[in-house]
Amino acid sequence: MYSFYGFARSNGTYGIRNHIAVIPSVICANKVAQRIAESVHGAIALPHNCGCAQAGTDRDQTFRVLTGLGMNPNVYGVLVVGLGCETISPEKLADNISKSGKPVYCITIQNERGTLKSIEKGVRVVRKLAEEASKQTRQTADVSNLVVGTECGASDWTSGLIANPSVGVAVDLIIENGGSVILSETTEFVGAEHILANRAINTEIGGKILEIVKRYEKEVVRIYENIQNGQPTPGNIVGGITTIEEKSLGAISKGGASKIVDVVEYGERITKKGLTIMNTPGYDVESVTGMVAGGSQVIVFTTGRGTPTGNPITPVIKVTGNPLTYKKMEENIDINAGKIITFSNLSIRDVGKEIFEELLSVSSGKLTKAETFGNADLAIWRVGISL
Amino acid sequence: MRRAIRISDRDNVAVCLEFVKKGELINYGTDEKVTAITDIEVGHKVAITPIKRGSYIIKYGEVVGIATEDIPKGSHVHVHNVDSLRFKRR
Repeated sequence: MYSFYGFARSNGTYGIRNHIAVIPSVICANKVAQRIAESVHGAIALPHNCGCAQAGTDRDQTFRVLTGLGMNPNVYGVLVVGLGCETISPEKLADNISKSGKPVYCITIQNERGTLKSIEKGVRVVRKLAEEASKQTRQTADVSNLVVGTECGASDWTSGLIANPSVGVAVDLIIENGGSVILSETTEFVGAEHILANRAINTEIGGKILEIVKRYEKEVVRIYENIQNGQPTPGNIVGGITTIEEKSLGAISKGGASKIVDVVEYGERITKKGLTIMNTPGYDVESVTGMVAGGSQVIVFTTGRGTPTGNPITPVIKVTGNPLTYKKMEENIDINAGKIITFSNLSIRDVGKEIFEELLSVSSGKLTKAETFGNADLAIWRVGISL
Repeated sequence: MRRAIRISDRDNVAVCLEFVKKGELINYGTDEKVTAITDIEVGHKVAITPIKRGSYIIKYGEVVGIATEDIPKGSHVHVHNVDSLRFKRR
């Protein structure tokens, strides 16, 4: 049995970090939220560019994501900071997050009479939360409590060949041990969606996979592009990728070989054990943000060319399949899967096991390279025009 | 020294981990070998069995394309002798 040391939450989930999240309900509250978080040890602000002049499914999606970020098990407690007149109601947001059972507070800048008084009140609230959070200790938790997100960004020829299949081995081990894994990036499924649909546990889930890809293709037509055009790209072809099927199979190999048990929308909570597909863009920061909103406590991120990106709530473990990239950017990359190329006696399975071990270490408190630098990127996927 | 990697045991291609010259031996497993009959770039595929025109190219244990000509063992496998089954490139 594999386990990690986590923070037990009252709703039965386990966090692997114990953050106090200061969440602006609207862009206008970003600075106040940041100032509050900067003043208190253990607090993080989640600045973003949404919250107002939004409508319909676009507004609903932002609300769902902000709620999910607050509900993420890595968050001990929350302060929502609103302006007071925005589309996303700060009170409703706080109310929704509090359904997770964690302490949630809410202030608005208009009610508190401006920036200075808001910061003062916010710091008082968050400082108290930080003190409470510090009393909580880690306890043993089974791997089945983990929701692991998978992501790929700044890729090269080694991503689909070395790094993604290695991550696939690691996440298969998570699932074998009862855990949950998210495969995201709908745009990367194009060309291999029939293979993914065949891996679904039933025809309903298979149909949903085909539907999210078709919907994405239609959305891209709306901005006068065809997602299928020019795929694989000239750069891919120079790198050795021959067909779109091959390119997409390389991307989805990071989800391992398990059956697909569910398909969820962007930022929707993961409720099933096993492999779930989340409908997200290929844009790495938006995709990671969606998975974190879905409850992912830890992300494995493959990168061929190297990227420093991280997330404020969820540790992001960076894996490269390129040994030269590891050498160049060791301070940004956690695992060198590229040693498969350097050392003939190593297999994808060996490195997959190493990634699995790293997942458990990070889940027990080891900082990722991105965390040591404080890299904390957040971007919410907009699905509509601004009003 | 391994010079190529085969991802799945079902694959009929391996991917070169370094540039391979025509006539050189490519080791792609513990003792599986194939002799290159063309130059092959790093990251590009080599046929590890003869692949008949109209049969599938298998990588990741899945169909990634169809051979547009007979591909002898040891050849470079790419856009000049393979087509997508999903979208035509041009």
